[in-house]
Amino acid sequence: MKNFRQARWDEPVVYEVSRDRKEGTLVDSEFREYSAKFFGKLPEGVARKEPPPIPSLSEVEVVRHFMRLSQMSYGVDFGPVPLGSCTMKYNPKICEELSGSREIAEAHPYLDEDEVQGLLEVLYTLQKWLSELVGMDVCSIQTPAGSAGELAGALMIKKYHVDRGETQRDEMVVPDSAHGSNPASAAMAGFKVVRIPTDSRGNTDLEALRAALSRRTAGIMLTNPNTLGLFEEYIIDIAREVHGAGGLLYYDGANLNGIVGYARPGDMGFDVAHLNLHKTFAAPHGGGGPGAGAICARGALVDYMPVPVIDYDGRKYFLKYNVPRTIGRISWFYGNVVPAVKSFLYIAALGTQIREVAEVSTLNTNYLLKKLTSLPGVDLVYGHGRWRKHEFVVSFEKLYKETGVGAEDVAKALLDRGLHAPTILFPLIVPEAHMIEVTESETRENLDRLAEAYREIVALAYSDPAEVRKSPQNTSVGRLDTVYGNLPRNVVLTYKSLAEKKSRV
Amino acid sequence: MPHPWIPNSYIKSELMKEVGVSSILEFFEDVPRELLLAESPRVGYGAPLAEYQLARVFGELMSKNSYSYKLPPFLGGGVCFHYVPSVVRHIASRSEFYTAYTPYQPEVNQGVTQALFEYQSLIADLYGVDVVNASLYNGSTALAEAIRMAVRVTGRRSVVLPRSIHPEIAEVARTWSEPVGISIHSADYDRETGRVDLGMLEDSVRKSKPAAVVVQTPNFFGVVEVELRKIFDLAHEIGSLAIAYEDPVFTGALEAPGRLGADIVVGDTSSIGSGLNFGGPSAGILGIRGLEERLLRQLPGRLIGYTKTVSGEGEGYIMVLQTREQHIRRERATSNITTNSALEAIKAAVYIALLGSEGLRKLGEAIAGRTEFLVEKLVSAGLEPAFPKSVCLREVLFRHSRIGELRSFLKKRGIYIGPLVGRFYPELSDCSLVCVTEVHSRRDIESLSESVKEFLQVSAQ
Repeated sequence: MKNFRQARWDEPVVYEVSRDRKEGTLVDSEFREYSAKFFGKLPEGVARKEPPPIPSLSEVEVVRHFMRLSQMSYGVDFGPVPLGSCTMKYNPKICEELSGSREIAEAHPYLDEDEVQGLLEVLYTLQKWLSELVGMDVCSIQTPAGSAGELAGALMIKKYHVDRGETQRDEMVVPDSAHGSNPASAAMAGFKVVRIPTDSRGNTDLEALRAALSRRTAGIMLTNPNTLGLFEEYIIDIAREVHGAGGLLYYDGANLNGIVGYARPGDMGFDVAHLNLHKTFAAPHGGGGPGAGAICARGALVDYMPVPVIDYDGRKYFLKYNVPRTIGRISWFYGNVVPAVKSFLYIAALGTQIREVAEVSTLNTNYLLKKLTSLPGVDLVYGHGRWRKHEFVVSFEKLYKETGVGAEDVAKALLDRGLHAPTILFPLIVPEAHMIEVTESETRENLDRLAEAYREIVALAYSDPAEVRKSPQNTSVGRLDTVYGNLPRNVVLTYKSLAEKKSRV
Repeated sequence: MPHPWIPNSYIKSELMKEVGVSSILEFFEDVPRELLLAESPRVGYGAPLAEYQLARVFGELMSKNSYSYKLPPFLGGGVCFHYVPSVVRHIASRSEFYTAYTPYQPEVNQGVTQALFEYQSLIADLYGVDVVNASLYNGSTALAEAIRMAVRVTGRRSVVLPRSIHPEIAEVARTWSEPVGISIHSADYDRETGRVDLGMLEDSVRKSKPAAVVVQTPNFFGVVEVELRKIFDLAHEIGSLAIAYEDPVFTGALEAPGRLGADIVVGDTSSIGSGLNFGGPSAGILGIRGLEERLLRQLPGRLIGYTKTVSGEGEGYIMVLQTREQHIRRERATSNITTNSALEAIKAAVYIALLGSEGLRKLGEAIAGRTEFLVEKLVSAGLEPAFPKSVCLREVLFRHSRIGELRSFLKKRGIYIGPLVGRFYPELSDCSLVCVTEVHSRRDIESLSESVKEFLQVSAQ
């Protein structure tokens, strides 16, 4: 796209839109005499004396301000967002519309169960479908997102060992290709993290894994397909080895999209799994959240599920708190219900055709992979000659060495062409990485556009590298200085400190 | 079979030819045979549904919900029936926002980063603190994160958590803390006032020397904690951090907890733009006072900061201090949080900007006035507040020997009160919360009180 230009509104911070004092919406004063009574009863110092130092704008100013900001954002509805391990697929509008009903928005979490049977049935059915798709005995949507599911799973594994008197099991095995949330979650649950390298085929190194297992092993946290987009070829051996050592297997469901409906973590030997409903199951990402998570378990770990689990006794749907060895509540109430309803609708709409998601996301991935690996300066590092699933990772290390143009420069140049960039510089085991996930939502034209943009950028890197490094120029703002904003003396996190900083200059 | 949401499903064979495979199964040749499913697991309703069929199925399911609010519900328990302005819903429906990812490419996502910077700024101003992160999942996980943060900052391994804090939040705090050896010491409430029992709190704090002392105001019973400064001073005297949990909707009426000495503030956006949503989603608020390294380096979650362009001419917003976060720091990160509640945070920013300084003050007054009116009406109808000497805001705990029957009686008329708190506090098994917000009219509260009176008359006979 040669003429792409993103909106540039030079929109001021909301505090500087206007200094006049107006009202953006009316609030009645019908109970003034009673509120005076209220404040009269409060001891000195409890009531607010000065109004908070925030702006006072009119409704139209607020609307224009945020509408202008919206035009300086980029989401799936505008073009491909090929962020690896993020599964930025299309969010069907009907799911937005139906889940946005007042009936759900206005449902209070402390309504009695008998009054929300419809909602509970939807959520219970979703749990059932998810259990089918991952091959587990039970799923719960109480976890607000993937990382909350990881914490829940790690705590379940911990309690399982403690209950069996095996308190020495304090090590969680995590491959070096894993999402950063895996070691972070393991550490939050109190485990020491044992790192396992990746072999040249892109699998978790089986020999290294064997050597790491011991009576201190609590379990392993694994993503399959992994962050290289490669299926763990020896997953059955991994499961046997870990179980043989007395450990359990945790499945990170962030990468399910490429195998959904084709292969199930439960069948692979995983004992507990989380799913990101905002990835494989099409709930939107909201500029960072809210998402929704599910936590699923099999066998002995079923008794450790966080409460409540939505259950059905053949007559009515209810919130089950009676889980014998539960780790407790991971979050209040019952999870992020609205995105969960979107995922229910998504699965309901696709039905058993959900396999098409795995087929086409994998097809799209390999189609683009083939086009990109033929470019000069681009390499795969791991798993040459293997088919990818939901995503793939290319390295621009050679390009960087030969031209000085690195992964970040290439990413910024993509932005200039009206495309979002993939995840960059991750996984950490691939130098100058682009981690690319196009999902099943992309058309051939868009895959070709992406490939063409890469070809053009790489060619330009060899002919005029300085030109590439000028990117982005067509976005709302030019390349932002990540060093400047992070220097301790420059860290500015609120308007108040920004105003102070500017007044000093 | 092709599907409209999967464009290339219509041209699969052409693409396969280009890639050089004759069957999709070739892509799965590295999957052990025994793991490959011959057919899809049974999900959905078998065949795909057309949009009108989907709407129909969903409509039928939703029709099984029997709740029907004849009056705006008087249900409380930490989240209440507040109004979500049309502007908030309209802006949140912009798919530039809701279909965007975390702003990993800030140049093309300045809208998201600036809106989140504004959220951080506005919330910090409301709570009287210096830094607020770009959101956590909700109020319950925000408090759990706050506790873990206090433990990291102080190196101490316990916290004091009063019983008057929302019991589900307390449960979450335990789940996130106790397995890693952080002890949660309870502190009872004063049976007369419903407030934190200062004597018992002081004993507990002096004995345990905790990492933090937590107070919620108004607390789970709706009672305003009037001695925050004293509690925070006590915490500081012992070298503990002071954590205040407060719903942001009260910040127009009550003194900012940061100005009263809280080191860490926590809240939830359900009341300021997220709505009820059967309990989620909303955004969790977490803020800190002071810009010194001690707390800032231990703060979990994303932070948006101001920066300049590389050329030095322009300015914008980026994610900063990311070395605290999981994707870089891995097992040494301050939290595992990745996806947060950005859109709910943006909604909160829109809500606060829309109400403005004056609107928030009026909102606080509107809720405070209705609370007073509610107490007056229900007392005259014959109910007894559980803590008559205390000042309540938005929620009030009422006591009656047949409270469960009263609740059912009202429910039949489409009038909802609750929750009954006996499930959390056995000693309060004859008590129910009743909640009022800006949406309740004089007539609504009078109708409630008339129905209560009717029940009490019938049940007395």
